[in-house]
Amino acid sequence: MWDYTDKVKEHFLNPRNVGDIPDADAVGEVGSLACGDALKLFIKLDDAKERIVNATFQTFGCGSAIASSSALTEMIKGKTLDEALAVTNQEIADFLGGLPEEKMHCSVMGQEALELAIVTYRGGPAPVHSHDHLHGEQEGEVVCKCFGLTDGFLRKVIEQNRLHTAEQVTHFTKAGGACGGCIPKIKDIIAQVLGEQPAVAPKKQEKLTNLRKMQLIQEVLENEVRPQLWADGGDLELVDIAGSIVQIAFRKACAGCHSSGHTAKFVEQKLRDMVSSDIVVEEVEG
Amino acid sequence: MKEIYLDNNATTKVDEAVFEEMRPYLCELYGNPSSMHFFGGQVQKKVDEARKRVAALLGADPSEIIFTACGTESDNTAIRSALETFPEKRHVITTRVEHPAVLTLCRGLTKKGYRVTELGVDGAGRIDLDELRNAIDDDTAIVSVMWANNETGVVFPIEEIGAIVKERGALFHTDAVQAVGKIPLNMAASTVDMLSLSGHKLHAPKGIGILYLRKGTPFRPFLVGGHQERSRRAGTENTAAIIALGKACQTAAEWLEDENTRVLGMRDRLEKELLSIIPHSRINGGGAVRLPNTLSIAFEFVEGEAILLLLSEKGICASSGSACTSGSLEPSHVLRAMGVPFTCAHGSIRFSLSRFTSEDEIDAVIRELPPIILRLRQISPFGRELLKG
Repeated sequence: MWDYTDKVKEHFLNPRNVGDIPDADAVGEVGSLACGDALKLFIKLDDAKERIVNATFQTFGCGSAIASSSALTEMIKGKTLDEALAVTNQEIADFLGGLPEEKMHCSVMGQEALELAIVTYRGGPAPVHSHDHLHGEQEGEVVCKCFGLTDGFLRKVIEQNRLHTAEQVTHFTKAGGACGGCIPKIKDIIAQVLGEQPAVAPKKQEKLTNLRKMQLIQEVLENEVRPQLWADGGDLELVDIAGSIVQIAFRKACAGCHSSGHTAKFVEQKLRDMVSSDIVVEEVEG
Repeated sequence: MKEIYLDNNATTKVDEAVFEEMRPYLCELYGNPSSMHFFGGQVQKKVDEARKRVAALLGADPSEIIFTACGTESDNTAIRSALETFPEKRHVITTRVEHPAVLTLCRGLTKKGYRVTELGVDGAGRIDLDELRNAIDDDTAIVSVMWANNETGVVFPIEEIGAIVKERGALFHTDAVQAVGKIPLNMAASTVDMLSLSGHKLHAPKGIGILYLRKGTPFRPFLVGGHQERSRRAGTENTAAIIALGKACQTAAEWLEDENTRVLGMRDRLEKELLSIIPHSRINGGGAVRLPNTLSIAFEFVEGEAILLLLSEKGICASSGSACTSGSLEPSHVLRAMGVPFTCAHGSIRFSLSRFTSEDEIDAVIRELPPIILRLRQISPFGRELLKG
């Protein structure tokens, strides 16, 4: 029997926000009967079309798929679209007190449906997703034929969750979990992704003084983060550092960019890796 | 919460009488049957008696019974023995719906240069004897076909298969773990050379099995060491469990008629009621001869793990052919081999009864399951379309 947390069980037994929204602004549908799980997410926005006022779901799947969907709807209600886009599959799992690793694909499915709903609402191209038979054509080559997963989708999940073994990729995406024929390809993709990632400086184990922490944060932002933003025509400004809270404001192309939430997450991860694991990045107007 | 245990193909309750039979042989009569003193000798007598009891249930001679640790060990021993006996033969035949104890072993053999033929099954889980006739040749060392399937309960025509195998001079092994105690077997009039049995499927404890080995069948032991089991399976005997298995086999023979009347009746009632109350449900293996205790039923547009968790909330223990329960990501290999549609394969539930199952427990499932399926269909996007109809 799976070792589900009490919160997973509770959300499975009493799922919140089941149903549909007839006049939904955004709908994201991923998965299929053949895959063994599927999620249809409905989002209703406020009059300004910025903030999520209601979210409902319909899920075909196991206990943790239903619990992840329920958690997702609870998490995004009240968020702006940018804030919702920044929700990661790990945060869905964390909201539930964790998921067994073999079940992480349930949280990935939630994040996928959310991203699909918001991006298509904004008129953008359908993002790279796993289940191509339910929505628009997708980029890339199909790696896992059993579950119809492309290299683009696998790269994204590998990068976002910092996966480094084929087994983890199976747990997070299902790829390689059926016939196993694509496992060598998955290993190649992991090697590519790892090769592209800049070597991560070893984490500082010693307790940093506040002054030293501030210095390091500034160094990382200057040397590691801003050059990457410049490359995309964007920029950021450090507004304040209070303990472990780093406030930043986006500039140039990043300002008002609908994926600035993702960028903020990237900055946070960078600072966590290179300075201190407790850093929280907040985006402020400035 | 009192459990309603309908997962007897997974494991069974140890019968109280079986437990009483084995009880003295742990703390008090713990001697080693190989010892020269009276203390070990009295255990030897009891082990011999157990061997006779097991043989009686199978219609075999006691000398044909080798005690092992489990069904998996018996399966491995049988197949590996055949390959060692006929080193020049490089072909093995089995089925796509075997238990992993056989299937994993056979698939591993392909990496060692063996040809392995996996016979397919039709939509009802039945084997095609012509496929076997076409596959078997002089290179075939062993044919291993389960007597009854653990997931669907489908019973294979073992003697018809055995007749074909014997014509070509191959050895014939059957994994009868699910069949023993549920349907009558008689090795004296059988084509089977080797048969696997597991104690914990028939109300004996876990950790004891047997390999039936027909007299005269060439054999190479899997475990070597001491002279136990006439050097056919080395290792000090699990005496208490052997004695328990003897009692369990004796009791199973007494209850065989009940299994095929009362238990069968309860299974059929459960099947009929669920099919009539729950729309879009179907039986896996419904068109085939099945074990009297097993019901594999599929509910469209819902997922098996979710069903099991909600049943479990009501105290009902069942099993599923779904991917999500096992950590695997595909529905069971058995249901896929049968070509069960994906709409159903993920929502398949197995109820397996035993002589300890009561009519009240069947009533509880008939009462509790329909609202669970309805509830999950209301959550499922596909189920909702179905309900809108």
